[in-house]
Amino acid sequence: MAVDSSQALRIIEHIMNKSAKLAELRHFMARYGLPPERTPIPLGEPSADAVLGGGLKPGALHEVLAKGWSAGGFAVTLAFLAAGSKPFFWVRSGYEALEYGALSPNGLAELGGDPRQLFMVRTRNPAESLSAAADILACPHVGALLLEIHGTPKCLDLVASRRLAFAASESGATPILLRNGAESEPSAALTRWQVASAPSASFDDDWGNPVFDAQLIRHRTGGLGRFLLTWNPEISMFVDPVSSQLGSAYADTSLRHPPPQMLRMRGRSA
Amino acid sequence: MLQHRRILALWLPRLPTDRLIRRAPSRSEAPLVVSHKANNALYVYGLNRPAQKLGLYKGQPLANARAMVQPLAIVPADEKADAALLEHIADWCDRFTPLVTLDPPDGLLLDITGASHLFGGETQMLATVTGLIARQGFTVTGAIAGTSLAAHALAHYAPGTITLPGRDAEMITPLSITALDPGDKALRALRHAGLKTIGMVAQRRQSELAERLGKNFIARLKVLLGAEEQPLQPRRPLPDLMAEQRFAEPIVSEDSIAASLLSLAQSLSGIMEREGKGARLLEAAFFRADGKIERIAIRSGAPLRDPKIMLRLLRQRLDALADPLDPGFGFDLIRLEALLAEETNPVTVSFDSNENARRQIAFMVDRLAARFGDAQVQRFVPQATHIPEAGAVAVPAQDREFTSDAAWVLRRQAGDPPRRPLRLLEKPEEVSAVVASVPDGPPNRFRWRQCRHEVARAEGPERIAMEWWKKEGLTRDYFRVETKDGQRFWLYRDGLFHQIGAPRWYLQGIFA
Repeated sequence: MAVDSSQALRIIEHIMNKSAKLAELRHFMARYGLPPERTPIPLGEPSADAVLGGGLKPGALHEVLAKGWSAGGFAVTLAFLAAGSKPFFWVRSGYEALEYGALSPNGLAELGGDPRQLFMVRTRNPAESLSAAADILACPHVGALLLEIHGTPKCLDLVASRRLAFAASESGATPILLRNGAESEPSAALTRWQVASAPSASFDDDWGNPVFDAQLIRHRTGGLGRFLLTWNPEISMFVDPVSSQLGSAYADTSLRHPPPQMLRMRGRSA
Repeated sequence: MLQHRRILALWLPRLPTDRLIRRAPSRSEAPLVVSHKANNALYVYGLNRPAQKLGLYKGQPLANARAMVQPLAIVPADEKADAALLEHIADWCDRFTPLVTLDPPDGLLLDITGASHLFGGETQMLATVTGLIARQGFTVTGAIAGTSLAAHALAHYAPGTITLPGRDAEMITPLSITALDPGDKALRALRHAGLKTIGMVAQRRQSELAERLGKNFIARLKVLLGAEEQPLQPRRPLPDLMAEQRFAEPIVSEDSIAASLLSLAQSLSGIMEREGKGARLLEAAFFRADGKIERIAIRSGAPLRDPKIMLRLLRQRLDALADPLDPGFGFDLIRLEALLAEETNPVTVSFDSNENARRQIAFMVDRLAARFGDAQVQRFVPQATHIPEAGAVAVPAQDREFTSDAAWVLRRQAGDPPRRPLRLLEKPEEVSAVVASVPDGPPNRFRWRQCRHEVARAEGPERIAMEWWKKEGLTRDYFRVETKDGQRFWLYRDGLFHQIGAPRWYLQGIFA
């Protein structure tokens, strides 16, 4: 059967329309339920910022799985960055304070934060922490919320994390969920980091600025990666001229961690 | 017009025995005395009616009483229990007026100025109060007068008397001089002078009396006759402003309680608006029909006037109660008090977004404090001390202004890594199996919380001596150590090596 050219053209047009529509739909699905676009806050480390699409997205839930004692500091630095000059709330239950130590405002100041921005809320259990978090996130004048939860309590399920993410996207406050002694599990977080501390880069016996081995293990809108991030308390950013120069030297002598590089990249919307 | 104060005095003459009889009603039949030890001898401190009928009296030596009456039940006095019971009765009396004072050991004073009309006038009110207390098994007498002393004297010596406003003296003058309660010496002197009633005493010249009996006596006499005023000391802080609602039929349901709270909040808000004030400390008191009183207080960072916000904070506090509000047989009175009211500036709509943000944050802090407790929402204030664990103090977030310029002193020099840990353990924890290459040097490895840590880098010591003027404490040598896997800790050696043989090591903080 002969197909006349105009008919063929129509079919081709139809298919192309369909694929365009499909692409549009795919794009829509990928962004479904994502927070509205807000200007990202750069972390300072170029490779990490590139993967994150400019930096940490405000008004979205970010999850930090801390491995080891010093890794929780990474979540605190994220909260500084997200808070800017706005108030910064830290919610934890009595158990976390006992197990991981009480926050020292002097230490916070040494790390580059301003304790005057900080409000501590101590609750009795994780369920109360979550409900306090919901209240705090409802206020658009809150900069960041650090929610510290130990282990995997029942109340911290997918619904709870979705609630946090939704409240954050409404108000623009940025919740950072710091989880000690927990494994990665599904949640509504935009990014999930698995963080361990890494030996600091320094030539002499004295140790330098805190270094985190941060693995981006989930990212809803972009690629993943593993970064060696050095926090500079002077400028409150992950920029450290010394360590970036030392990057290669560190790679040679490093015993455990690979040098700073992206291990894998996976595009989703691209 | 000057309003005359009106004081209702209650006297519970048999409080010690009534307390025992309430617990074991069978005791009311037989003579019962409560004994009290004074000057190394036992005396009768309280007695029930049968004992009094047999001729026993208060203050009688117990041996005499024993000789007169056999058998006689004797119970040692428990003044603390009596005082506690009196406190309970005073609490219960709060429903008539917020100004209730104890008149120890066995009396109460109620300032009912401007409150009696709520209970059908003074006569009716006195009958109601004494009747309700008597129903609980207490012997009680009462009187109403213009001053506490006069009311007290009348309750003791002429129960049931109600003086005419401003004319206490008419009722007081016929009383015996014992009602003056002047002390044994003065009493003897007055008797000796042939003065039998207060009226006779009052007729004497003041200078005469003062010379003989002292200035205090004159002062008492004046107050008693209503010539001078003596203010009552309230038991609880008096509310600056309050609103209350009484129910003929006690209310039980949550809805009606909430509705009542809302209308109270509205009327309190109206009162505060007229006065140009807002509440910083708000208390809701729920008076249960059976006498129990539940109080819940909420604190606010800024003067509060909006009834909706008041209600919201109250409900949040009610929801957060460990044992929920138990209405029992119902509440017959709910009172909302602004215990602390402050002037507010007239509401000006501020276009300053900072001001608006501050207010919203303050409101949220209030809400969190209402739910989790005032002390659970905190901010930090720096302290001028070099002791690491005392470097900051946490204060309730509501108590501080949002902006504070108290500076945080940094330990690190420019370009240095943090010198103080982000987290401090509640108590420094001892670490074991410490191996140090030199006695005064940092550890090479140690064990903490069941884990071995190999130290890769260490810096120190930073020597911190304890504050010698406060308490004994060893000098601490602090080391910042980094383990092979990059964890950063703050350790100290308690004491110098040459001071004590084998100093202990503690882990105090964790760096980021």
